[in-house]
Amino acid sequence: MSASPIDQATYDTLAETTGADFVRELVATFLQEAPAMLAELRSALAAGDAEQFRRIAHSLKSNSNTFGALTLGGMARELEHGGIAKVAAGGSPSLDELDQEYARAAAALEALRHA
Amino acid sequence: MRERQAAGGRLLVVDDNKVNRLLLMRSLELHGHTVAAAENGRVALDLLRREPFDVVLLDMEMPEMDGFQVLEQLVGDRQLRDLPVIVTSSLEGIANVVRCIELGAEDYLTKPVNPVLLKARIGASLEKKRLRDQQKELVSRFATPEVAQDLEDSGFSLGGKLVQATVMFSDIRDFTTLAESQTPEETIELLNTHYALMFDAITNRGGVVTTMMGDGLMSVFGAPLPLPAHEEGAVRAALEMVELIGLLNREREAARKPPLRIGIGIATGDMVAGYTGTKARATYTCIGDTVNLASRLESHTKVARRTLLIDGATRSALGEAFPLEALGPVPLRGKALPVDVFSVDVGSTL
Repeated sequence: MSASPIDQATYDTLAETTGADFVRELVATFLQEAPAMLAELRSALAAGDAEQFRRIAHSLKSNSNTFGALTLGGMARELEHGGIAKVAAGGSPSLDELDQEYARAAAALEALRHA
Repeated sequence: MRERQAAGGRLLVVDDNKVNRLLLMRSLELHGHTVAAAENGRVALDLLRREPFDVVLLDMEMPEMDGFQVLEQLVGDRQLRDLPVIVTSSLEGIANVVRCIELGAEDYLTKPVNPVLLKARIGASLEKKRLRDQQKELVSRFATPEVAQDLEDSGFSLGGKLVQATVMFSDIRDFTTLAESQTPEETIELLNTHYALMFDAITNRGGVVTTMMGDGLMSVFGAPLPLPAHEEGAVRAALEMVELIGLLNREREAARKPPLRIGIGIATGDMVAGYTGTKARATYTCIGDTVNLASRLESHTKVARRTLLIDGATRSALGEAFPLEALGPVPLRGKALPVDVFSVDVGSTL
């Protein structure tokens, strides 16, 4: 079993500074929004829309880091900086790998939300 | 404005990402601010042009209109360019920070935003906004909108410059006696009416009231902004002042109150004009011989039993447009040599 995809300290600080109830709602919002972002990444890649691809990766990075999903955030950052070309060349994490990491992070966040 | 001051500011959060938007709004609301949100630059600009805000928190990466475009629009907008903008972005690289600052952003916070830093930066920006608002209000009270804009454009820079302008002093005759014959409330009301009329006449001709002292006031024509034919502007303003006082006196006469009489002195020449004081409290003023001369001429109206006296320099610029009476060289206090003084006929209104 690997380490938690969520950095507990980041999550706790967020809950302390903004309120536990609020963070539960915010996590729910993220879990609603994120699948669309992952889908948009794929369509941007397929369409060759580098600007859109970079922007979505940027948003995903930002949101992931907010909740302490640091691995997911790191992958999104690589995609943001590497861009479409690097994914195509296999130099960045693939979108499948990104989906898998998101699934792990989402499950952990879901668990924290109900804790 | 006032009631908001204690509770915090009215802020606008601009971010296309819903999680970021909600999080920032929450943090700011917890700090006691009123917060509105916009999901892109275009929506933000629409809101800003419709409603008053104290500070904007602006994301850079947004569809439709990004943060850089918003900053560019704000800089070009007279109403909005003083609005403090704090950039909140996870864009990396110092080049982006520099670009934001160059475009007029007040501050730059990287996301995720540190709550302590956020609180401090918002506090500083709100304070700046309040100072700017106060300054604008202060200036708008004694200057024309154009002059207020000019002072604002120059960043209220202290320090003076030598200008050629016309100065006017005006004063209510025997005001003390007048004040003793009525209640304090009536006196203040009379002063306020008098000032309202005088301000109107002066600013209509492009003048700026620089000082009010009791029942007297000083105004300048041709500074801080150059004014074509400032001599004539000052004289026309003076004639209008006399006319307005005449109208006021008709009302007072009907109410069986003693009439108001004013004396006006006008002089033209070089003077040092500038914004003096400290950064916190400053006033626009003019000093020099020309200013002293205008003041002496105003005093001399009592001796000469005339309403409006002008100096030779003002007279030379007027041409033949006004009926004048040369009073000859007159010895004035503080002047080594007698000075040519002219009386402008103010008609039968006084």
